[in-house]
Amino acid sequence: MTIQAEAPKSAQPQLPHAGERKWQDYFTFNTDHKVIGIQYLVTSFAFFSIGGVMADVLRTELRTPASDFISPELYNQVLTLHGTIMIFLWIVPAGAGFANYLIPLMIGARDMAFPKMNAMAFWMVPPAGILLVLSILVEAPQSGWTSYPPLSLMTGKVGEGIWILTLLILGTSSILGGINFFTTIIKMRVPSMKLTSMPLFCWAMLSTSALILIGTPVLAGALLLLGFDLIAGTNFFNPTGGGDPVVYQHMFWFYSHPAVYIMILPLFGAISEIIPVHSRKPIFGYLAIAYSSLAISFLGLIVWAHHMFTSGTPAWLRMFFMITTMVIAVPTGIKVFSWLATMWGGKIALNSAMLFAMGFVGEFVIGGISGVMVASVPFDIHVHDTYFIVAHMHYVLFGGSVFGIYAAIYHWYPKMTGRMMNEPLGIAHFTLTLVGTNLTFMPMHALGMQGMNRRVAMYDPQFQSLNEICTAGAYVLAVSTLPFFVNAIWSWSKGVPAGDNPWNALTLEWQTTSPPAIENFETLPVLTGGPYDYGVEDFPDDMLPPLTSPELQPDSSAFS
Amino acid sequence: MLAGIALTLASLWYGQNHGLMPVEASKDAALVDDLFNAMMTVGAGIFFLVEGVILVCIFKFRRKKGDTTDGPPIEGNIPLEILWTAIPVVIVLVIGVYSFEIYRVEGGFDPEAAEQPAIVQVAMLPGSGLEAGLMDAQPAPKGMKHHSHMALGVGGSPESAQNAPDLTVNVLGLQYAWIFTYPDSGVTAGELHIPVGKDIKLTIKAQDVIHAFWLPQFRLKQDAIPGQDAELRFKPTLAGEYPIVCAELCGAYHGAMASKLYVMEQDDYDAWLQQQVAALDEPQTVASKPDEINADAAYLAPFASQFADQTGVDAELLQQLHPLHNHELMKAMQPPVDPAAVSALPAA
Repeated sequence: MTIQAEAPKSAQPQLPHAGERKWQDYFTFNTDHKVIGIQYLVTSFAFFSIGGVMADVLRTELRTPASDFISPELYNQVLTLHGTIMIFLWIVPAGAGFANYLIPLMIGARDMAFPKMNAMAFWMVPPAGILLVLSILVEAPQSGWTSYPPLSLMTGKVGEGIWILTLLILGTSSILGGINFFTTIIKMRVPSMKLTSMPLFCWAMLSTSALILIGTPVLAGALLLLGFDLIAGTNFFNPTGGGDPVVYQHMFWFYSHPAVYIMILPLFGAISEIIPVHSRKPIFGYLAIAYSSLAISFLGLIVWAHHMFTSGTPAWLRMFFMITTMVIAVPTGIKVFSWLATMWGGKIALNSAMLFAMGFVGEFVIGGISGVMVASVPFDIHVHDTYFIVAHMHYVLFGGSVFGIYAAIYHWYPKMTGRMMNEPLGIAHFTLTLVGTNLTFMPMHALGMQGMNRRVAMYDPQFQSLNEICTAGAYVLAVSTLPFFVNAIWSWSKGVPAGDNPWNALTLEWQTTSPPAIENFETLPVLTGGPYDYGVEDFPDDMLPPLTSPELQPDSSAFS
Repeated sequence: MLAGIALTLASLWYGQNHGLMPVEASKDAALVDDLFNAMMTVGAGIFFLVEGVILVCIFKFRRKKGDTTDGPPIEGNIPLEILWTAIPVVIVLVIGVYSFEIYRVEGGFDPEAAEQPAIVQVAMLPGSGLEAGLMDAQPAPKGMKHHSHMALGVGGSPESAQNAPDLTVNVLGLQYAWIFTYPDSGVTAGELHIPVGKDIKLTIKAQDVIHAFWLPQFRLKQDAIPGQDAELRFKPTLAGEYPIVCAELCGAYHGAMASKLYVMEQDDYDAWLQQQVAALDEPQTVASKPDEINADAAYLAPFASQFADQTGVDAELLQQLHPLHNHELMKAMQPPVDPAAVSALPAA
């Protein structure tokens, strides 16, 4: 038990209702971190759906070698939007959504450090996203989410301008969020919480925020210079006037490689929360996991040129970045092995949250292994810019981040809404997602090594059979979202009431009401134990609440 | 224990028998494949270990119905944690050193390449870039010498780097084709013909946007960056016909930007070269016979017919691609140049 409320809750029966939100609040400039968190999450899922439809358009085009479904120009537009939306409008804001919702609750604060700035950061996302999506009505950007000049200065120029503006707005939003998370975690913990007794999600967000604050301004610089080249005709990156396109690549990847960690670290944190709760064991190696987040964050800043091994990089630079990239496997490996050790010997509840968390570990490790492979310069020279890379990054970002987001939704949905999600639908969702992911992305490894380049609307007919499998997998993934959306929408009003702490978890967010009152805690909690003290002997048996109370566990039980 | 042995054997077997790589057409390709097989063996081992542990957890450590107690409160195990930190450190260091060595043998540190002056194409006016590529080997302006520290690409292997290559071919990437010029004979072609067993050096340039010259069967790739020359040097060991792929997004028809590499026996190569040189003397013959389908058109015909009116690369253009020594035709096939980019050019 991590807290000890100063007064028993039954003493103030009127209070929980005083803290309820009206639905209208979610459409306003509300400064409550919980409202903002849900705003972020709902927005990101909306963009996830748009980006997902685009993914299936791309896969439909790639079912056959010829360019017969959409025109190649439109293909490149959809490809660019798919990448940009999934990164900047889906995974990054989803991570920000969880961070907003969970950080103050986990550290016992009543709100974020800068609530107004927080609301401002959120309200930059929908306009920027809508602007980007609507660019397809005029002329969407066509040069991929990397937007390398000189191509980005020559094709889809209107869209390119919109793309730059969108990313500048989203980057600003991200920086504001980063400042907020960092300050909140450092300054607003309850006095009894040391840094080393924080939940691991907070450690992950500390590392993420550092990356956001260091990396994003460099991206903004690159985008501004690219914008000048595009609009004002300057020649920073344009070789026709003596500019150097490779400089853009350095500036772009200085942010965009850390961006991968900005997308995965929050979910590493979430998984570190979910696995101990559902395994009923303390997290294995708390400090190792906490410090490995910092190590990943630091190393993530000095690996960017591994995206440029076949570009304008001399030999010594290739070797330096090869070694730093490979070393990242070490802190990442520490995390994976610690999660496995946490599960080992536990009493695992195979509910949707835990299934997705285990799926996360199992899928992410594939992306991790291929990540070490592509760090090796001689091998990367072969597979760079091929479908092998597409497979690798989707195992990291779909098998990793997206599985992590799903796990986190199933885990914290009862806290956010006060209701349980439907378990059979959740298991159907997990099964379809697992099958779809591997069906879609596993054959891409072989495609890339055999000679299929990426970002193509037409390809050599010898690759057709594997591409058909990928396309079938993409359709399975499209179907897999249906049970999830039905579940999430239906459970919001009709789900089984969850109670305050349905998982019997020990972190602070579970020690308040579900959904939490507007000010989170009626009395600020005082820590009496660690966040993961499951099964720790020294706490008295009569303080243990029942693990599962019967009224919470009807047929759609979260506990199997 | 038994599981450990099975896991090791399975990963050793899979590491050698994955069958994922295409044909090896050079010694360097075999080296890269050895490196990949080693990584695949280790990777398969880690994969089986992690997935195996997850499966055991699902079946063995699943919560029994009605069990409401917690598991054992194990918070860590320092020796175990040191072990699983140290082993990956050793693995990545070994892979790192191994990769370094393969890269060195491949010719990644070719000192000749490092000393080669980088030819900076300052102006990329329509036509000029292409002509510069075709005429080749204009020595770089003397003032440019100090830019020479940038060596891009993969050079000669350490033992052959001191010697001049047997054959140099200039490669120019443009939307959406590769053009190959043989500076020794003045021949220009739309596909690359090289003799087997010879030390080949490709000098890679780009005219408009960034392309990437990829030879999957040789495990070699290098971006073609406008304004910066790069090189690939290799020795083909297996005669045959191989794809040349553009691997960097270069526009809508990026997927159709492909060509062929013919590795020929020396006799066949000589015959081909003679034929090309002969064609040089009568540039009009080939151009005036549109029904004479050349090799490019034959290869790209499926593409060209599939994308019929959409592609810039239609059959007619492919016809023209062959006798590229004809400057009239070259100008006719210039890709549309962005007027803004041109107007942004300095007066010089």
